Amino acid sequence: MSKLDTHFFDIGYMDTLSSQQTSIHQLDPRAKLITSLVFVTTVISFGKYEISALLPYFVFPVFLSTRGNIPSVYLIKKILLVSPFAVMIGIFNPLMDRDILISLGTIGISGGWVSFVSILIRFVLTVGVALTLIAVTGFNAVCMALDKLGTPRVFVVQLIFLYRYMFVLVDEAARMVRARSLRTFEGGGSGLKTFGPMAGHLLLRTLDRAQRIYVAMCCRGFDGEIRILKPLRFSPRDIGFTVGWSALFILMRLFNIPILMGNVFMEFLK
Amino acid sequence: MHMADALISPTVGGAMWAVSAGLIGYCSKKVKADQDDARIPLMGVVGAFIFAVQMINFTIPGTGSSGHLGGGMILAILLGPYAGVLAMASVLAVQALFFADGGLMALGCNIFNLGFFPCFIAYPLIFKNIVGTTLSKKRLVAASIISAIAGLQLGAFSVVLQTLFSGVTELPFNTFVLLMQPIHLAIGVVEGLATSAVVLFVWKARPEIIKSVSISVPVGNIPMRNVTIGFLVAAVVTGGVLSWFASSNPDGLEWAIFKTAGTEDLYTPAKNIHSALADVQEKTALLPDYGLKSKKPKQAAQAPRSEPAVDTGKTVSGLVGGALTLLLAGLLRFVLKHRKKNKP
Repeated sequence: MSKLDTHFFDIGYMDTLSSQQTSIHQLDPRAKLITSLVFVTTVISFGKYEISALLPYFVFPVFLSTRGNIPSVYLIKKILLVSPFAVMIGIFNPLMDRDILISLGTIGISGGWVSFVSILIRFVLTVGVALTLIAVTGFNAVCMALDKLGTPRVFVVQLIFLYRYMFVLVDEAARMVRARSLRTFEGGGSGLKTFGPMAGHLLLRTLDRAQRIYVAMCCRGFDGEIRILKPLRFSPRDIGFTVGWSALFILMRLFNIPILMGNVFMEFLK
Repeated sequence: MHMADALISPTVGGAMWAVSAGLIGYCSKKVKADQDDARIPLMGVVGAFIFAVQMINFTIPGTGSSGHLGGGMILAILLGPYAGVLAMASVLAVQALFFADGGLMALGCNIFNLGFFPCFIAYPLIFKNIVGTTLSKKRLVAASIISAIAGLQLGAFSVVLQTLFSGVTELPFNTFVLLMQPIHLAIGVVEGLATSAVVLFVWKARPEIIKSVSISVPVGNIPMRNVTIGFLVAAVVTGGVLSWFASSNPDGLEWAIFKTAGTEDLYTPAKNIHSALADVQEKTALLPDYGLKSKKPKQAAQAPRSEPAVDTGKTVSGLVGGALTLLLAGLLRFVLKHRKKNKP
């Protein structure tokens, strides 16, 4: 539980990070969203044995997090913490694919290990960019971008609600869990018999809360739409950011830059 | 259970994105057509409830380890299929962005696996039919457990298919299925028990909530045919367009098909067809073979089991270049940081 707890404090921290005022934060959220999608698409479009050509892509998360003033230690910790699924499935590659793919002198490296490393690099890149995106944009701005990009309004509005009330409800659940652990010994009271009423109570309170929120919103003139004061504007800077980075990603997809650099370097040595 | 970006190809990711976008669009239209404003905050708050309830852990009966509620089925039961899908999609979006569960590209897959199956298959076809018109404790428990199991089994199988079609992992179909389905059977039983515990409690405390959702949502007349056809069209169209870009992975689909067909030795019999297909794909591809010829280790991989086609010299220059790239990235970071300090 404590792990989940800190996980949620993390969300609060991410929210704090997203309210900074750097040049990256000031970009239009749509520009950042689209660029991130182009990034992820190009990264996952590589063949499964690709390693070297993936490396230049680190430039984007490094740029975003540095210019956006996101502490890199925090980001790395967060990436390491999550999603064992990719690693769990990927670890089978070295077992299944034992053909030697690369030989360095007398040491042969099997294709499985190469593709496993490739999966790990993709994992770090895609997850890193997703986390950085939210840390330099903020969830509400991402929702606004989704709205402007044509996502159904109903979906966006309830996404905003979810985010807003997540903090409140998580606090409430944390209090319930704490109360339970204070009243029991050695993990007692954690059976399904207790879980049902606990979760049920939380749900009933949630439903009541939803009803109160709805009535309060109706009193303030809610008609299914959320209006914002700050209009989104796609400035030339945003266009430059989107087009420039997307072009770079595609270039890096077309040319294996590390191999080119390595070749030049080796020529130079000769 | 969350599909990850690292495991999918752009074709699969893009196709599933299109499918899920269609699903969200369709459900949004349905919810809007209901003219029920109260539903919107309700969906959001119940979605937030899923996050909160995950903090309340419980001991899994008979094992001693602890688990928590996943949530797909309970959303479907409380909100009905349309609003349930939307709420689940938002839960997954938040998980992808904040917890890095899954990823941006895999979000489409995840919405489909964890949203579509519980809300559009398990809920209307299983839960509703078992519960029937007269609510009873036994029926509610049985319906929750069986539908949760069914939803998770379908979702897990969908994960297997998506992974195989992407061709990033080496896991053979049989092994993967044997790995995923039993694990998710166990997860499904636990999820079902937890779901039924919550549903039962609510039913006892406030029967009108469960009653109203099981009556108000029209179930029999979900036009499944239209939905299915729409998905198929979307998948085929996007798959066809996006597969141009995915030519780097021409083996994924064929490979999976050969595996599912059960051929033991797939390399030898498949070689001709495989290379022919790869050839066609290479020729018709928008950007044939992308980078520089024969510099990609991938080429070696596609060749049948033989000598490695990548020679040591290239490997070394690849390694040197890779090191240089990382060095440059580090340098960029340093420069950017330094500049920022000088220019507050």
